[in-house]
Amino acid sequence: MLGNLTWAAIPFNQPLPLYAMGVVGIIILAVLGIITKKGWWPYLWREWLTSVDHKRIGVMYLILALVMLLRGYTDAIMMRSQQAIAIGGAQGYLPPDHYNQIFSSHGTIMIFFVAMPFVIGLMNFVVPLQLGVRDVAFPVLNSVSFWLSASGALLINVSLVIGNFARTGWMGYPPLSGLAFSPDAGVDYYLWLLQISGIGTLFAGINMVTTILKLRAPGMTYFRMPVFCWSALTSSILIIVAFPILTATFAMLLLDRYLGMHFFTNDAGGNVMMYVNLFWAWGHPEVYILILPAFGIFSEVIATFSGKPLFSYRSMILALLAICVLSFMVWLHHFFTMGASANVNAFFGIMSMIIGVPTGVKVFNWLFTMFQGRIVFTTPVLFSIGFMVTFVIGGMTGILLAVPPVDFVLHNSVFLVAHFHNVIIGGVLFGVLAGYNYWFPKAFGFILDERWGKASFWCWLIGFYLAFTPLYALGLMGMTRRLQHIADPNWRPLLLVAELGAIIVFLAIVCMMVQLYVSIRTRESRRDLTGDPWNGRTLEWATSSPPPAYNFAVMPRVETIDAFWEMKQRRLAAVEPAYETIEMPRNSATAFVIAFFAVATGFALIWHIWWMAILGLLAIFVTVLVFGWSENREREIPANEMARMERARLHFGRPA
Amino acid sequence: MRDWRFANPDKPHGLRSGVPHGPRRSGLLRWLAVCVGAVLVCSCRQQGVLDPQGPIASAQLLLLINTTGIMLVVVVPVIVATLAFAWWYRSSNARAKRSEELAYEGRIDFVIWSIPALVVILVGGVTWISTHDLDPRAPIATNVKPLEVDVVSLDWKWLFIYPDQGIAAVNLLVIPTGTPVNFRLTSATVMNSFFVPQLGSQIYTMAGMTTHLNLLADKPGEYPGMSANFSGDGFANMRFIAKAVPAADFDTWVAQVRGSGSALDLPGYVALAKASQAVPPMTLRAVDPKLFERIVDQTALDPEKARTNGARVPPAPEAGG
Repeated sequence: MLGNLTWAAIPFNQPLPLYAMGVVGIIILAVLGIITKKGWWPYLWREWLTSVDHKRIGVMYLILALVMLLRGYTDAIMMRSQQAIAIGGAQGYLPPDHYNQIFSSHGTIMIFFVAMPFVIGLMNFVVPLQLGVRDVAFPVLNSVSFWLSASGALLINVSLVIGNFARTGWMGYPPLSGLAFSPDAGVDYYLWLLQISGIGTLFAGINMVTTILKLRAPGMTYFRMPVFCWSALTSSILIIVAFPILTATFAMLLLDRYLGMHFFTNDAGGNVMMYVNLFWAWGHPEVYILILPAFGIFSEVIATFSGKPLFSYRSMILALLAICVLSFMVWLHHFFTMGASANVNAFFGIMSMIIGVPTGVKVFNWLFTMFQGRIVFTTPVLFSIGFMVTFVIGGMTGILLAVPPVDFVLHNSVFLVAHFHNVIIGGVLFGVLAGYNYWFPKAFGFILDERWGKASFWCWLIGFYLAFTPLYALGLMGMTRRLQHIADPNWRPLLLVAELGAIIVFLAIVCMMVQLYVSIRTRESRRDLTGDPWNGRTLEWATSSPPPAYNFAVMPRVETIDAFWEMKQRRLAAVEPAYETIEMPRNSATAFVIAFFAVATGFALIWHIWWMAILGLLAIFVTVLVFGWSENREREIPANEMARMERARLHFGRPA
Repeated sequence: MRDWRFANPDKPHGLRSGVPHGPRRSGLLRWLAVCVGAVLVCSCRQQGVLDPQGPIASAQLLLLINTTGIMLVVVVPVIVATLAFAWWYRSSNARAKRSEELAYEGRIDFVIWSIPALVVILVGGVTWISTHDLDPRAPIATNVKPLEVDVVSLDWKWLFIYPDQGIAAVNLLVIPTGTPVNFRLTSATVMNSFFVPQLGSQIYTMAGMTTHLNLLADKPGEYPGMSANFSGDGFANMRFIAKAVPAADFDTWVAQVRGSGSALDLPGYVALAKASQAVPPMTLRAVDPKLFERIVDQTALDPEKARTNGARVPPAPEAGG
């Protein structure tokens, strides 16, 4: 009846997970209790859970990312603490069985459920506004994307309580992840939850590319699009090309595990090298899926706060496109040590370095955007400058690792760990946090507190350097990654410094939470009534903050790059436009229902509860059919209604 | 117009305006920075990759330093320029020259593309040459006849077979100094990576496959070795000692091993292949001459036997489970 699921799946004998479960359970119950007591369910259901508004979906992606950041950080501090304690004779507090799950889930969560939702959420929120349109191309599909990502995130948290997570590292290399060496449900959790959220991500990519290619405000040619839209376009193209590779690879591993096939087993002709190649054929573009939108954010932030147009717009776009293409030609640099010939290794090493050219160009372009500008040091700018300094160091160690003979001694060391955290924290995370601070007023109509924002920036920066500089040194001293126990007591001081860095990162997260709390408490005094708090250049600042559901009552006409800046320069007189009747998509519970059944199906497949899996799949299919045959999917906003709302918004929307 | 936009409108917007400061706290921060810096500097030792003991490792360290040097020529000025531009063009600096419409300048653009391109051409050339020079398969050019060693990664220990000497050792690799060692490597279990940082290159070990590696130790000494690729619960203790001894001592050691301990026949190998952790080094006086080949083609362990012997092999998966 319940497949492989028995009481043994719940870790009654392990105090640590049980304790964590208790705390998380209490928090969840408290939140649900408050919502119920305050009677917020109808509001939440109507305005958020079933919303197909790209702005609401974007915000929900960000909430998902921030919540999962806490989970991912908890894993990080547990690892750092174990490595700071378990040295020499001491064994620390985490046995290998538990420690191995923690570094696996840390990587999986940070990549798939923090970085990805953060990036996709910002794209979702910003791109339609910057393009001057009313929504993405497929609004309901957009909510399906989000809810499938949330389903994956839910399942990874379920693995804390029921069964365990993979103990293979976040890359899940076979044969370790094969049935022979990982017979329990951990790897199945890993595979199925990433399959579910991966489908969501693919849909998001398709949606974004369609939106950018087909829906733009009149006059917005490709070479008038804001750079962030270009970065979203290139990133989404990478999603469309790369994610199916991951899905297919995982499908093969699932066939190995469920139907006894031999794609990646040690015996019967399986080949593990195939998995490693396929995984990184997705994995390397994935890095650029994350970093390109961050580049876009920095481009917007630096231009806006320098009061200047972005330097050499076309170079920036050329660089984005070059990275987009090159990112598919470098995957082998993740495993130079597999024994390929010198020609192959040298080719992939040099290709990897070539990506440094367009990336370097972008850094110089930001530099020249600041040159002779008028720089205002807001939190997003601090993150941008912190990024530029940190990222060139990460880029340098990256090129170092791209030299195959150097990689032969640094591969899989903590030097490598320091390198990719250098580019992911210093690049992606600083980028999305800059974007979060920059676009928050657009989403909510008030500005985040700058003092706490800056405090969080300094904690992130200092914490990052303290946590990862020692790892660079330790990697050179011969420390490999994923060690549950450290033999060499000489490494203790550096590991303690790294632990201190991780604690300062915690302070950074606390500062972010306080920033949010303080800002909400004092929102009335920090309202942005203009819709343009930063003297922005692009169209998202042309509408009010927060924008109405339809974004723009009348589609803006675009004649240049930095369209809104031009409009402001020409001081167009505020003439009331002629409103027209428009159609907006209706809210739909489709996505929520699909996600509910996706979680059930995923859970059933993980535990081999076949009847439930079949029912779940059937239910998803029926839900899609019902949606497909439903009519009345759009609501009309008549011209006079629109005029009434616009007048109210523009004239009476301001609190006294 | 801008007055309400920022939290501290009256203060100049300086780079440091948001630091949680005040005299007492910044003193604490400085103290902390000094301590941390001291720890960082004092605890970096000449160890691992930084303390090469053979020509391969030395060449790799030199390459690492050279490549870093080439890149620092660009990286340091970029960092300095970033901080300098940000500081000088701050909005409150009355002396800074502004040109707020500067959006393109062909000459700057040309230089911008040229600088990283030149660096990559230089480092790329270095890469092409060094990758061929330091190819793990390439024999090391000396007049000394290389020593053959076959390496097998097991759960969670290393088996070193000396085919020409007919002996083997577990978690102990003894090699003569000044003699190139030609490794053939495979895995009897999941993927691992054979790595002795002070001797140079690592290489993966994979079941059903053979990889090749050539290393040489210059000086006698004991160098820590390990698996560099995560392989499961016993991974952290999957360490061994690479002991380089003068050539004469190596022969003595071989003779000594031949005269003591047990032999490694197939049943002995099946027992050895069972999962175990932190296995102390041991030597084996004789070894089945075809053992390495049988491990590679996966006939050394009868799969039926392996299951009943409690290796990490679960019951056979059934279709549809």
